[in-house]
Amino acid sequence: MKILSRVYMWVVFALLYAPILVLVIFSFNDGGSLSAYTGFSFRWYGELFRDSVALQSLKNSLMLAISAGLIATVIGTFAALGLDRMRNRYLKGAVNSVTNIPMMNPDIVTGVSMMLLFVAVGGVLGLQDILGRWTMLIAHTTFGLPYVILSVLPRFRQFDPSLREAAMDLGCTPAQSFFKVELPQILPGVISGFIMSFTMSLDDFVISHFVSSPDFQTLPLYIYNQTAHNVKYSMYALCTLIIVTILILLLAVNFAGGVGDRTKRRKEAVK
Amino acid sequence: MKKKLSFLERAAAVPHMVWAVMFIVAPLLIVAFFAFTDTKGGFTLSNIQSLFSYSHIFLVSICFSLVATFFCLLIGYPLAYTMSRAKPSTQKLLMVLLMLPMWISLLIRTYSLMTLLDNGGLVNSLLQAIGLEPVAMVGTGGAVILGMIYDFLPYMVLPIYTSMQKMDNRYLEAAADLGCNSFQTMFRVVLPLTTPGILSGITMVFVPSISTFYISQKLGGGNFDLIGDTIERQFKYPSTYHVGAAISLVMMILILISVAVMNRFSDEEGEIVV
Amino acid sequence: MKKILTTILIFSLLALSLPLFSACDNGGETVTLYVYNWGEYISDGSEGSLDVNAAFEAWYKETYGVNVKVNYSTYSSNEDMYAKMSSGAASYDVVVPSDYMIARMIEEEMLRPLNKENIPNLQYVDMELLFGDQNPYYDPENAYSVPYTYGTVGIIYNTTMVDAADIGSWDIMWNEKYEGNILQFNNSRDAFATAQFKLGYSVNGDNEAEWREALALLTQQKPIVQGYVMDEIFNKMENGSAAIAPYYAGDFFTMYGDNEDLAFFYPQEGTNVFVDAMCIPKSSQNPEIAERYIDFMLSEEAAVANAEYICYASPNKLVRENADYVAAMEEIHPDAMEILYGTEELELQFYENLPAERLMLLNELWEDLKIESSINVAIIVMALVIVFACIAMGVLLYVQKRRRRRYITTLWDA
Repeated sequence: MKILSRVYMWVVFALLYAPILVLVIFSFNDGGSLSAYTGFSFRWYGELFRDSVALQSLKNSLMLAISAGLIATVIGTFAALGLDRMRNRYLKGAVNSVTNIPMMNPDIVTGVSMMLLFVAVGGVLGLQDILGRWTMLIAHTTFGLPYVILSVLPRFRQFDPSLREAAMDLGCTPAQSFFKVELPQILPGVISGFIMSFTMSLDDFVISHFVSSPDFQTLPLYIYNQTAHNVKYSMYALCTLIIVTILILLLAVNFAGGVGDRTKRRKEAVK
Repeated sequence: MKKKLSFLERAAAVPHMVWAVMFIVAPLLIVAFFAFTDTKGGFTLSNIQSLFSYSHIFLVSICFSLVATFFCLLIGYPLAYTMSRAKPSTQKLLMVLLMLPMWISLLIRTYSLMTLLDNGGLVNSLLQAIGLEPVAMVGTGGAVILGMIYDFLPYMVLPIYTSMQKMDNRYLEAAADLGCNSFQTMFRVVLPLTTPGILSGITMVFVPSISTFYISQKLGGGNFDLIGDTIERQFKYPSTYHVGAAISLVMMILILISVAVMNRFSDEEGEIVV
Repeated sequence: MKKILTTILIFSLLALSLPLFSACDNGGETVTLYVYNWGEYISDGSEGSLDVNAAFEAWYKETYGVNVKVNYSTYSSNEDMYAKMSSGAASYDVVVPSDYMIARMIEEEMLRPLNKENIPNLQYVDMELLFGDQNPYYDPENAYSVPYTYGTVGIIYNTTMVDAADIGSWDIMWNEKYEGNILQFNNSRDAFATAQFKLGYSVNGDNEAEWREALALLTQQKPIVQGYVMDEIFNKMENGSAAIAPYYAGDFFTMYGDNEDLAFFYPQEGTNVFVDAMCIPKSSQNPEIAERYIDFMLSEEAAVANAEYICYASPNKLVRENADYVAAMEEIHPDAMEILYGTEELELQFYENLPAERLMLLNELWEDLKIESSINVAIIVMALVIVFACIAMGVLLYVQKRRRRRYITTLWDA
């Protein structure tokens, strides 16, 4: 039974990774084709680094994801704090449901609704070119918010209020007690919220498709717009690089975390 | 005993509330406004009426995403269970492996899947190599479903896995002690305990699959028009914004209602469990 | 330790995100020129070609002493470009729409008349040859646009899958022999045109019955079509997933480069010819630099590089008379020059900008064709089974729960 489930798990993972593996292998293909492998070469990697528009889009994507992630994390963390302390049940319920809307709503509806809003505001203000990096930033922050709140809120619930009271008794101001006592405790939730909203922003195509302007193009938009002619094979090279980078980063973090766990366990054992 | 809240605690949620009103509530109101007006700004019901000609698109989309969600659950649940039973260090690796595809653009993943499944693609070449007839996959409904499963499976596994991790192992031991066989344990203990995870997984898969337009375009060969495709097409010309807004509004209401119903269901179940 | 690390992390993230905001001001002397073009539609320095935008920046710096940064972005269809432009993203200086879209944009006063003194290279554009007239049909006063490329639609087929006897006409796209191996445009205008050419109608006609007849023909074709696609054509034709596809002549050469079994013909009933031309939107902040950009695109070096990269026909005399260009094209395909430029004999039709009600009709008919999804019975049955299973399970659970509750209450009473 156990072996069977193991096998099942690895088969699913293998299927999940088959298209990605093909993509990685063919990024080293000498010819421009996804069906015939004509020889090993770094040709597409060379092309990628000569493609200034692709690199600019990558930069835009990263900057947008980081900025939107940071703003969402700050607003979201404080929102979680406020929600945790809120006593008015109805207000709390209302805020909670509104917060979850961007997560429950299909991307396409979120994108369309934001575009209509921006265009309407642009019409009122007489701005012909309201869409752009700022509208992208607003949209990406908005759909990142629920992920931050959802990952921070449980941490506040787990937090022992007596610690806060102790801090206050020892003379901390409320702000000090939040930043010095609570924040370090909820930090894992904050970080995972940031990573979630960062990931969502990086991967988003649908919402960006509606609220972007041509002067600020992210990577998914760039890829989509190539589809009038042909997707460049250097994009596969880019994806391979992204996978490798993320894999190394995540494994490093996990490995470091593993070491930390082990030392912690050892310390506990010593006690 | 109620302690007085500090200013920080009272004001903390205000920026978020302002943001939410401006960028979550206001856009939805504008969609509703567009859905009930014509190009000149006058009130009309004709957009809503014109939806009847799209009714079978709604039906087809719902069917497609239901089937995709079902298979995601069927594949994802055992996967999440196996993952949660693995060694802690392996679990971390598996999580990384599961999250990794989400970091590559969905467009590229879908495109790559399409070239794999195409008539002259790798899968069919393999089939031919072992002497089988090639199968036309791209352009069929099955390929669209496969694409949805492939793209959204991690969204199903993650919440289920999380709820399994939270599950106290002692429940399983207790069940075994009280004479449950593994089958009974699964259905009487594990399944009810992980219902919240299942429900949130279902939402996380159902919603993006009902509204996707890239997957149906690429893997369905443009033969299957889902709601997402229809909405996207309406927003190419300002004159059809209003019909697009009406379709979006109806879809949104349908989804929010079903999510609300499911959440109720999950709360009730949660009470029973506890 | 952890704290320090987190602080460093947060600060580095902040530092990384700063350029997003600082990129807004132009930093003094550098002027940004926003160019909005089709995807993959300019020589960009890959595979040893000329990076035209970089060359323009260098040339401009040298000639006028001003730093110009080209912000180059792309779209995938005229309609996408138009949607962006009319929905409030008009901050660009050069756009390259197709003919009918230019006519519409002129009509809606979205474009700005060009100052031709800044575009001396315009003399090399052979208007007479292209349009038989000094003024293009989409721009009656020749005031708003400068042709960038032009091209024709033809049928690409795989010689290993298609009988030579069947080629020559649009009929091949309705030939049931090739069921499941035919691709059709996923774009209303081009798709309807295939049917209209087959019927011998005008692609700009104002007879509603003709359009409906074309729709009937497309509906009839639907069961034997493998898919409605655009860019997927490249992959599908290259790896033999489909046998027949109508597409733009220039793109045939790209596909031929990867699969030499492919061939191309112009249907005898006639076909569409289109022009993509450079224009300056009314809202442009730097029209003069935009005009010089257009001028630079007409210079021999840039035009040849683009023509070789895109493989579409060039309206530029300098390109056609360039021996290197001819040699390069003939290396790609022996008949390349003939296919691209030998189009005088063909029955060619341009797309005109359709009047509003005709456009609505076209949208409506296209909607009808697309909505007519071949309903997949298997999937609907599966969905129904799932729904029933869920309901059954719900009822079962409910009954069980009530039975258990009753059992508990009985115990309690006892």
